[in-house]
Amino acid sequence: MTQSVSLLGATTSARDSTRSSARTSAPPTTDQPKMRAEALKAYFGATEVLKGVTLPVASHTVTAIIGPSGCGKSTFIRCLNRMHEVVAGARVAGKVLLDHQDIYAPDVDPVRVRRRVGMVFQKPNPFPTMTIRENVLSGLVLNGLRPKDPGELVERALRQVALWDEVKDVLNRSGTSLSGGQQQRLCIARSLALEPEVLLMDEPCSALDPIATARVEELIHELRERYTIVIVTHNMQQAARVADFTAFFYLGELVEHDRTDVIFTRPSEKKTEDYITGRFG
Amino acid sequence: MTERHWQRKLVDAMVRGLCLVATLAALVPLGLVLYYVTSRGIGGIDRAFFTELPKPVGETGGGMANAFVGTLELVGLACLFGIPPGVLAGVYLAEFGERRFAKLVRFSADVMSGVPSITIGIFVYTLIVLRTKSFSAYAGGVALAVLMLPTVTRTTEELLRLVPESLREAALGLGVPKWRATLSVVLRTAAPGIATGIMLAIARVAGETAPLLFTAFNNAFWPTGLGQPTASLPVQIYTYAVSPYDDWHQKAWAAALLLVGMVLILNVSARLLVRPRVRSR
Repeated sequence: MTQSVSLLGATTSARDSTRSSARTSAPPTTDQPKMRAEALKAYFGATEVLKGVTLPVASHTVTAIIGPSGCGKSTFIRCLNRMHEVVAGARVAGKVLLDHQDIYAPDVDPVRVRRRVGMVFQKPNPFPTMTIRENVLSGLVLNGLRPKDPGELVERALRQVALWDEVKDVLNRSGTSLSGGQQQRLCIARSLALEPEVLLMDEPCSALDPIATARVEELIHELRERYTIVIVTHNMQQAARVADFTAFFYLGELVEHDRTDVIFTRPSEKKTEDYITGRFG
Repeated sequence: MTERHWQRKLVDAMVRGLCLVATLAALVPLGLVLYYVTSRGIGGIDRAFFTELPKPVGETGGGMANAFVGTLELVGLACLFGIPPGVLAGVYLAEFGERRFAKLVRFSADVMSGVPSITIGIFVYTLIVLRTKSFSAYAGGVALAVLMLPTVTRTTEELLRLVPESLREAALGLGVPKWRATLSVVLRTAAPGIATGIMLAIARVAGETAPLLFTAFNNAFWPTGLGQPTASLPVQIYTYAVSPYDDWHQKAWAAALLLVGMVLILNVSARLLVRPRVRSR
C-alpha cells in the first residue's frame, strides 16, 4: 500500500533533499543510490538475456552502460522503467529499487514508474501528428494533466535541451519536420516536461551526426544537475566524456562497474581492459 | 551485336505495347459507363428530380427526392452500426489480439467480405424483418453495416500495423496507459488512412441493391420513421429500369448518375483526407 501511494508521485521531499546535496566537489559515490538493480534477470521467451545483474545508480550522476552488441545493455535499461515487459514474451525476475521501493512489486503500476523514470530512445520518435509544441506537452496531455502555463512549460523544456532558439518561431510545425538531431532533442524535451527523476537514454546519439551528438552530450552534462541519468552507448569515447560511472556488460552479465576514470585507466577485470582497448567487441 | 540489340528493343516495345493495350482495355468499360450514365442521365436531372416524390404509375414527371433522402438515411445508419465495431475490431486485431483468436477473427472477416450481398440481405431479413414484421430503414442499415464491417475491420488493422512500433514505445515511455496510447497516438497517427478506408467502404455499400430488397424495401413516399420501409436510389433504379415506361427509364439513368456522383464525391474527399493535418515541411 505504502509503495503504491508513494509511486503516485509524492516523492518531492526525497527529491529535494537529494537535489541540494548534488554535485559537490568530491568524486561521486554510489552510497546513496537513486536506483538499484538487484539480481535482475530478464528473458525473451526461454532465452535469458540478463543473468542476474546487481548495479546501483547514484543520484544526480550519469551512468554509462557499455558492452558489445547483444550483451543486454538495452534490455537492462528497459528493465529500469518496466519497458522490457511491453514486448510479447518478455519477462523479468529480480528487483529494481527506486528510492528503496521495488518497482516490480505486485502492487506497483508500471505506468506510474514510467512517469518517474523517463526514456529517450535510439531513434528519434516525435509524434508525427503533433506539432513541436504539442509534442513537448504530449506526456502531460496524454496523461490527462493540464499544465497551468503551457507556454512557459514548452519554453522551459525546449530551453533545457537548447532547442528553443531554433524552433521558437515554428512551434506549430510538425515535430517530424525537424532534423534528426533536433528531433532527438525534442524527444528529450518531451521526457523532461514530465519532470522525471531518472532519465534513461538508449543509445540516444546512434542516429545522429557528430555535431548533433556533441550537442546532446553537452545537454547530458547540464541535465546531470537535475536528473539521474543512465545512458547506453556503443561509443566508448562518449562514455568517457559524459559519464561519472561506467558499467561494462558482457553476455548478459555485469563484468565491472566503477567510476568512469577508473574503468578507462585501470580496470580490475581483464575482460573490461580487452574491450576498452579494442581487443574484442 | 546489333541484331541482339534490335531483338532487345523489339521485345521491350512488344511488352510495353501489351501493357498499354491492357490498360486501355481496362479503361474502356469505365469510360463507357461514365459516358452512358452521364449522357442518358443528365436529361433527367432537374429541380423536380431532387424535390418531388415519384408520380403514380402512368403519370409523367415527379422526382426521386425520397429515394435520395432514403439513401442518405440508410448509409448514415450503416455508418452508425458498422464503423464503431469495425474500427474497434481492427484495433483489437492489431493491438491486443491473442494469436489464435485473432487469426479466427481475421479469417471470418475475410470470408465475410466474400459473401454475396444478397445473402446478407436474406440474413438480415430473417433476423430483423421477420421478427419486427416490417421492412425498415433499420434493417437496411444493418444489412449495409454487415457488408461494411469486414472492410472497415481489415483496413483499420492493416493501417494500425503500419504505425511504427517506436511511437507506441514513445507513448508508453511517457507513462501513458496502453489504452490511451492506442487511442491518442496509434489510432490518431493512422486516422487519415482509416478514414479513407471507411469512405471507400461507404462508397461501396451506397450503391448496393440486393441487400436492400428484403430489408429497407421501397417506398413511394417520404420516409416517416426509421421503422418504415424506405426508398433508396439503387432499389429505385432497379424498379424503374425493369418497368415498361420510358419516363421511368430516364429517371433510372438520372438516379444512376446521381449515385455515381455521390460515390465520386466520397472517393475524392477520401483522397483529400489523406493529406496530413500539420505541415511537415
